[in-house]
Amino acid sequence: MTSIFRGITIRKALPVVIIAALALFVIPGFLAPFWVKVLTQATYYSIIAGGLVLLYGRVGLASLGQVALSGVGAWVFARLYYATHLPTPVLLLLAGLVAAVVGLGLGLPALRLSGLYLSLATLMMAAAVGIFISVLKFPNGGHGFSGIVKDQSERKLIARPSIAIGDTAFFRFCIVVAALMFGLYVLHLVTKPGRAWASIAQSEASALAAGVNITVYKLWSFVLVSFATGVAGGLLACDVGTLSAANFPPQESLILMAVVLMAGYHSLWGGVVAALLARLLPELLKNDDSVVGWIIQRFYGSWKGVSATIGLIMFGVGLLANLSGGTKAMKKKGLIS
Amino acid sequence: MIQIEGLTVRFGGVVSIDDMSITFPGGTCGLIGPNGAGKTTFFNVLSGFVTPASGTVSVDGIDLLAMPDFQRARWGLRRTFQTEQAIEKMTVYDNVLIVSEHTSKLSRAAAAADVSQAIELAGLKDKAKVAVGTLPASDRRMVEVARAMVGSPKVILLDEPAAGLPEGETERLANTIKQIPDAIGATVIVVEHDMSLVQACCTTTAVLDFGRMIANGPTGEVLRSPKVLSAYLGGEELL
Repeated sequence: MTSIFRGITIRKALPVVIIAALALFVIPGFLAPFWVKVLTQATYYSIIAGGLVLLYGRVGLASLGQVALSGVGAWVFARLYYATHLPTPVLLLLAGLVAAVVGLGLGLPALRLSGLYLSLATLMMAAAVGIFISVLKFPNGGHGFSGIVKDQSERKLIARPSIAIGDTAFFRFCIVVAALMFGLYVLHLVTKPGRAWASIAQSEASALAAGVNITVYKLWSFVLVSFATGVAGGLLACDVGTLSAANFPPQESLILMAVVLMAGYHSLWGGVVAALLARLLPELLKNDDSVVGWIIQRFYGSWKGVSATIGLIMFGVGLLANLSGGTKAMKKKGLIS
Repeated sequence: MIQIEGLTVRFGGVVSIDDMSITFPGGTCGLIGPNGAGKTTFFNVLSGFVTPASGTVSVDGIDLLAMPDFQRARWGLRRTFQTEQAIEKMTVYDNVLIVSEHTSKLSRAAAAADVSQAIELAGLKDKAKVAVGTLPASDRRMVEVARAMVGSPKVILLDEPAAGLPEGETERLANTIKQIPDAIGATVIVVEHDMSLVQACCTTTAVLDFGRMIANGPTGEVLRSPKVLSAYLGGEELL
């Protein structure tokens, strides 16, 4: 089949175009405002999940610090928002760049490790960033480095970009930014860095024998993903208006890894599915007016929703199934009946 | 010409290579020996994966051991491994391109020509755009050889390239290896247990046994040497 760009065929590109068009023009028209908000969260979460798919699925790096890095992006976005009058796209870019620099600083020592040790190092790194942010607190309209005001009445909300004030418009804005970030991932995957990462994931010894500078290319992947994750943090700041450390709990990185493993990490689509699982599924289970609620009401008569914790349990089971080689293997091992 | 002087490798108390001194004159050279003789360790030293306790390795006067591991490939050292390393999901072309783009600074067009030449030398011209995972074992082995031939290498180390191949395919592999020195000017060292391949493509052969060099010379003579026969197969004929 004819390649549009570096091996990307029309067959591969068409689903992306169709889904982006549906997300931009069709889906917002059908959904209640609440579900548009949920999908907005899933959209910027997909950037973080897509980054983890790239790191784990293509380079073989299991990072458990991605949510903390999005917190760095959100912090920088908020601070610059209050201190400058720069337009939102520029603030997003700067949030991404600072997160990339932080990612570089943290990745330089951590990426010399691999496997479980790298995961532990990035988890500890996320905890350190979490402590740093909870001590520093998120800016809320004040002056100075931290940008904090103590008087509640003086607090200001972070406004959305002027072209995307409403929920639907902001959802479309997030779709466009997410498409750009995924485009950046794809651009890397189909060119020299992507081939080098594939070589590293195959075998570091073989990559070395092929002349690949493993440290540089591992760092490159980490910095790229940190950049996009920082941008996602900026979108979150824009979305919620006021930030707190509770927006970036350290355990969220573990849940993210679980859903990515469950959704599939061999394709960037896994990032999209993981984001939908992590953000949409709990809401579908929780709300009686969701599609799930509607279907259950049709068949069983009543449905008042279940706790979102059920979603977490499902992720746990899904992760176990994934790591155990599927449900058949789980049955064989006696893990499920 | 590759000169090895007093090369010793120790893993704790185990001496894997013991005071090895040898000169590989160029062309295609064989390196044989029983399992655990130190052949792959020798390749690992040349590749930079293992640091020797002592000794020197010089190629045309250049001290190879002074180079960082990833720069050795850029300088012109290539190697294959006992297990297949080509990425199954990628095409033959992209697999060879990885080595080319990290070892040479050619323009895109020149790199494409270089990659295509290596693929053609390996006899995979018609399969360049095919995913490696869909190829038969013999072709996948040739992809490894193509990856080693790209980017004007000076030294190519082939670690058991015929492992697992049927006899007919070994002949095809031997013909390809034999033409490497003339086609691209590289010195080839082949570690192999298949003596028919060694006999078919190596002009000289060295023998390692328990880390010590026990024989070196023209392949025919070495393979008939009683010392080698005794070390290798307890006295049986190798050919």
